[in-house]
Amino acid sequence: MKMMKVMMLIVMMMMVMVMVSEGSIIEPTCKETPDFNLCVSLLNSDPRGSSADTSGLALILIDKIKGLATKTLNEINGLYKKRPELKRALDECSRRYKTILNADVPEAIEAISKGVPKFGEDGVIDAGVEASVCQGGFNGSSPLTSLTKSMQKISNVTRAIVRMLL
Amino acid sequence: MASSDALLPISAREEDPLCPYTRLPMADPNQETHGRRRRPFKGLLAVSFGLLFIAFYVALIATHDGSRSNDAVIDETKTTTSRARLAGVSEKSNDGLWKLSGDRNTPAFEWNNSMLSWQRTAFHFQPEQNWMNDPNGPLFYKGWYHFFYQYNPNAAVWGDIVWGHAVSRDLIHWVHLPIAMVADQWYDSNGVWTGSATILPDGSIVMLYTGSTDKAVQVQNLAYPEDPSDPLLLKWVKFPGNPVLVPPPGILPKDFRDPTTAWKTSEGKWRITIGSKLNRTGISLVYDTTDFKTYEKLDTLLHRVPNTGMWECVDFYPVSKTAVNGLDTSVKGPDVKHIVKASMDDTRFDHYAVGTYFDSNGTWIPDDPTIDVGMSTSLRYDYGKFYASKTFYDQNKGRRVLWSWIGESDSEAADVQKGWSSVQGIPRTVVLDTKTGKNLVQWPVEEIKSLRLSSKQFDIEVGPGSVVPVDVGSATQLDIEAEFEINKESLDKIIRNASVVAEAEEFSCEKSGGSTVRGALGPFGFSVLATESLSEQTPVYFYVAKGKDSELKTIFCIDTSRSSVANDVVKPIYGSVVPVLKGEKLTMRILVDHSIVEAFGQGGRTCITSRVYPTSAIYGAAKLFLFNNALDATVTASFRVWQMNSAFIHPYTEEAFRALTRT
Repeated sequence: MKMMKVMMLIVMMMMVMVMVSEGSIIEPTCKETPDFNLCVSLLNSDPRGSSADTSGLALILIDKIKGLATKTLNEINGLYKKRPELKRALDECSRRYKTILNADVPEAIEAISKGVPKFGEDGVIDAGVEASVCQGGFNGSSPLTSLTKSMQKISNVTRAIVRMLL
Repeated sequence: MASSDALLPISAREEDPLCPYTRLPMADPNQETHGRRRRPFKGLLAVSFGLLFIAFYVALIATHDGSRSNDAVIDETKTTTSRARLAGVSEKSNDGLWKLSGDRNTPAFEWNNSMLSWQRTAFHFQPEQNWMNDPNGPLFYKGWYHFFYQYNPNAAVWGDIVWGHAVSRDLIHWVHLPIAMVADQWYDSNGVWTGSATILPDGSIVMLYTGSTDKAVQVQNLAYPEDPSDPLLLKWVKFPGNPVLVPPPGILPKDFRDPTTAWKTSEGKWRITIGSKLNRTGISLVYDTTDFKTYEKLDTLLHRVPNTGMWECVDFYPVSKTAVNGLDTSVKGPDVKHIVKASMDDTRFDHYAVGTYFDSNGTWIPDDPTIDVGMSTSLRYDYGKFYASKTFYDQNKGRRVLWSWIGESDSEAADVQKGWSSVQGIPRTVVLDTKTGKNLVQWPVEEIKSLRLSSKQFDIEVGPGSVVPVDVGSATQLDIEAEFEINKESLDKIIRNASVVAEAEEFSCEKSGGSTVRGALGPFGFSVLATESLSEQTPVYFYVAKGKDSELKTIFCIDTSRSSVANDVVKPIYGSVVPVLKGEKLTMRILVDHSIVEAFGQGGRTCITSRVYPTSAIYGAAKLFLFNNALDATVTASFRVWQMNSAFIHPYTEEAFRALTRT
């Protein structure tokens, strides 16, 4: 009895593993990026990841960039009250992150969906640049440091995947 | 096999997992019913799990293969070449920026509107606002040069692409016209992309362009002027039977774009070529047509080069081996070589090679396969920021003219703030270098001289390690033509002295540290868009060094690494070796136009275009310097500097039209 329960459990686990790994190109794709673990965790966290092709994976990551930019902008908005002495740097960050949302992300989505990935690469690289510039506006670390670092890392991983489409 | 029967006990067991006893399967006389209930059951369980597992596995493999068919092809070759490609050369990289932004001493630079508005060029083609990329369908018709271009009417980044349009009498003074083609058909609703014009013997025009369909498939479409008697060609008609070409078997739906101008074959048909790729091999497909509506695909490719990736904006044209005029695209013969050019998607470089065309089967082979199209060693029109270039035969003046997209090297935030992105290079004539026979020579079109205002001539001897201010007044719109001579003594010392090590082969503009690194015979040249204190400057220079064969080699570079203190712009050092023949003096020409600097070495044998974004070397604070950073050679510079007028490019008005019609 116990033996059967255990066996069923094992079989079910194996079935799930097989389902997740078979058909998914997440791992081999992420191996070719600068941050395998980040890549895998981002892509696995999206239900479309396991059945997506390379374009699809790129689009999922661009979605993550969009989400992170939105989150960072909200954080920036909150900081104006809490840290009014940082206004100047926050203004610059706000401008930069709005660029990511309004320019980089739509450009990248359109380019990758239409098969001219080089413009997607430009948009993705720029997302990292804008995050860096925002961070550079503070002398040293800031309340936004971990968010901007995240953006830079995701930008690098996404760029590597977009380059596979060239 | 007890396969399906074996399943029954399992489902029965699932319904009542606590029951230690098996329920007997229904009418199975073969099953033993007593004493051996548990053991056969366990055996059956094991077998059935195993079979379920196998069935599951098989099902998954079957669906897995189906969904991955496209990627499977890419994956095979990916492992060997992917590292190189991913390492990648897109010059924008946030790696360098991380270092800077992590450095407490360089805070982020804040652009103000004064700095940004200075960046707009005065005499280079650009739309009034928003994003532009590839040149499209350039042509001369009824007294007007026409220029079309990839344009985003809605933003300062790529997207929503339509065909912008402008006309000029002289390739320099342009008038903007309404948009020529919008994305209004199913076969181009996702983008009216790059294309080329063919002028037929009767003077009529056919335009072939790539459309991205409503399903994002890349197809080729035919369009022509609605009113051929309108010299401004304001309105265009799309052929109702579009698309005229769809991706052929074996070519992916997103690897089929940028049709060329057609040329006549000896059979009297029209032939075009379209770039694509097969795995990582860049290729150019060939099609024949008599009416531009139906096509016959040749089995042969115009050419292919492994490991070069997707070929965009392919261009194919004849050049004369003996004369300096341009040739119509259909010209063939013993006095002619053919150029194949392609824009490499992987690297954003335009490469070309000189070779021989075989009309009988539509193929072409390079004269030198070691520098074949797209290889890292192959020739480039321009060693700086220069992509998606396209030539056309200007039947008005009998020359072949080259257009190219010059993108920005700044952040997209700046582009959004200033409201525009990208310019076109100054149109250049292109001919084969009749002296070397191995490369092209490009030169800004003659008409640019009409912008020259006052000038000053200088003859200056510059000692080693010196910087000389050149007083020309305003220094943001200049045309400089210069000749340099290194003193003979210094040259001989280097050539004759066996202990002087050959360094020319190791030297590269990009990697050898820029204009401040001093050698025996260089670097020397001009520093443009420089502040008085040289806190910002853009040196354009020659570096002469001894080669392995003890002969001197000359390298021509632009160093943008100190062009701006801003840390959100890309600042590469560009350039390449420039052939210098016996008896030739070193010559360079530089066009400075705000945020674009174009340099031509040895009459256009090596050209470099760069984008620069100074923060203080702008307006009246921008100066010009002459410098010689050589360790002991003295250099004599003989040069003339012209102030350049604006081209006053503006939108169409009755007045503007009349003014242009008068010239």
